[in-house]
Amino acid sequence: MAKRIESLKIIDKQQLTRDIFVLELSGKEKIPEMLPGQFVEVRVEGSPDTFLRRPFSVHDINYGQNTFKLLIQIAGKGTEKLSRLNKGEYLNLIYPLGNSFSIPSGAQKILLIGGGCGVAPLLFLGKYLKANGHNPDVLLGFRNSERIIEYDEYLKLGRVFLTTEDGSSGEKGFVTDHQVLKAAGYDRIYCCGPEPMMKAVASYSRENKIDCEVSLENLMGCGIGVCLCCIVPTVRGNLCTCTDGPVFNIKDLKW
Amino acid sequence: MVKLGFNIGDLNFKNPVLTASGTFGYGSEFDDFIDVSALGGIILKGTTLEPREGNPYPRMAETPSGMLNTVGLQNKGIDYFEKYIYPKVKSYKTNVIVNINGSYVNDYVALAERINSLAKIPAIELNISCPNVKMGGMAFGTNPASAREVVKAVRAKYSGKLIVKLSPNVTDIAEFARIAEGEGADSVSLINTLLGMAVDARSMKPSLSTVTGGLSGPAIKPVALRMVWQAAKAVKIPVIGIGGIMTAGDAIEFILAGASAIQVGTASFIDPGTSIMIIDGMKKYLEEKGFSDIRDIIGYINKTA
Repeated sequence: MAKRIESLKIIDKQQLTRDIFVLELSGKEKIPEMLPGQFVEVRVEGSPDTFLRRPFSVHDINYGQNTFKLLIQIAGKGTEKLSRLNKGEYLNLIYPLGNSFSIPSGAQKILLIGGGCGVAPLLFLGKYLKANGHNPDVLLGFRNSERIIEYDEYLKLGRVFLTTEDGSSGEKGFVTDHQVLKAAGYDRIYCCGPEPMMKAVASYSRENKIDCEVSLENLMGCGIGVCLCCIVPTVRGNLCTCTDGPVFNIKDLKW
Repeated sequence: MVKLGFNIGDLNFKNPVLTASGTFGYGSEFDDFIDVSALGGIILKGTTLEPREGNPYPRMAETPSGMLNTVGLQNKGIDYFEKYIYPKVKSYKTNVIVNINGSYVNDYVALAERINSLAKIPAIELNISCPNVKMGGMAFGTNPASAREVVKAVRAKYSGKLIVKLSPNVTDIAEFARIAEGEGADSVSLINTLLGMAVDARSMKPSLSTVTGGLSGPAIKPVALRMVWQAAKAVKIPVIGIGGIMTAGDAIEFILAGASAIQVGTASFIDPGTSIMIIDGMKKYLEEKGFSDIRDIIGYINKTA
């Protein structure tokens, strides 16, 4: 799908936690077909100290309504400014960008693992898998029960397992401590979250010979593969997270 | 209809808007957004003799009205370029220029000779100003004797148009412009990035893997304008202005200061359509001001000052 620059209207805004919100966007044009794992680059308007665009995964998409959602966590000046946008205002995007998670053709036992706001691309992925005949399990990790987001949405996909670091909900600990990883033999894991979590999931997947894809987040200058700033070292040399990724099979990563 | 064209010697550019090396890939990355062939020229990603992996991550830091980078000339080398990139870029109906880099004078000469044999590359941009490599790069562009040596050596072996990209990290930019002109360069382009750095107070570490990097974006525009003005007064060859150009208004300022053409750099990251919008905006400006040829306003501020 051809990339485009477009100003889209914020038709809804949902505050999920103190620092995580969802923007639902729509435009006059038909939104392009997008794949799970792809992302958008958002401009933070009128702000010289947040000069570059910000990348966000496509969180959910509704072609019938011609809308899609971005899940955003306030992490710095740019996202703080975006959090002040309201329904009816516009957001300038370059999209759709990057590759996507690879979807197995045959039946496979699939687990989605997300941590914190790293769950962003997994809702879209889960729905996409479901629409393509798969029944993925979902394992989510959060710091505490107050930070759990969109749990009910994942319940619609299948079984959902939960961990919190303080044990206030689900099993206590990190996602890689969860019992489900000790029992079930998954064929494939898709993961997105903080880097230490993804690395832990990658080493679990390696040990258990499970095919595993992770969605990386790096500092990006352009999002279209020209500035060569968001590189990730791989077995094929330095690759751009924005165009060769953001989804990588862990076989390719030097983790 | 206003005339926007300019020349470097007998090489014609249909308009004075080029894209800066390292901010435009090899052109095709922009095909979804603009008609690349509508540009005056494109300057491709910096190329070296051997493939380079570049510097470690993190390579970028956002700064007020700009960014720092330390890419370190990651590229696949001239063999790969000839085999896989040249066949694609040669079909663009614009001037396709290769930016070349080396650690030693001989590297530059060897690259220039290789590119001399590529019929559809009418010019090279000699990068003696990259701040992010351990050897070569800016070391050539900040030492008059080295600058003279490398321009002279390349000129002796290269018959296309030779553009020398100057470093702003010098005391007297006019001196380097004169050296380039004196050794037979056909044009100078400036400025490359300004050496800078950023510190992350949260992690108590430098923001870039190499500590220092090159600053670009609107933050450097006043410095770039000043240097373009100084260089343009010092030489007769065309000066190509670079540095923080985001709008047609910015581009016009460089022309008024003495540039014959400009390059759009970091702005393409924020809006890949910037270069084309600048061409349209420059036309409008000239019409509104009642000029029929952009050449009439090159260095205009010197006429009135």
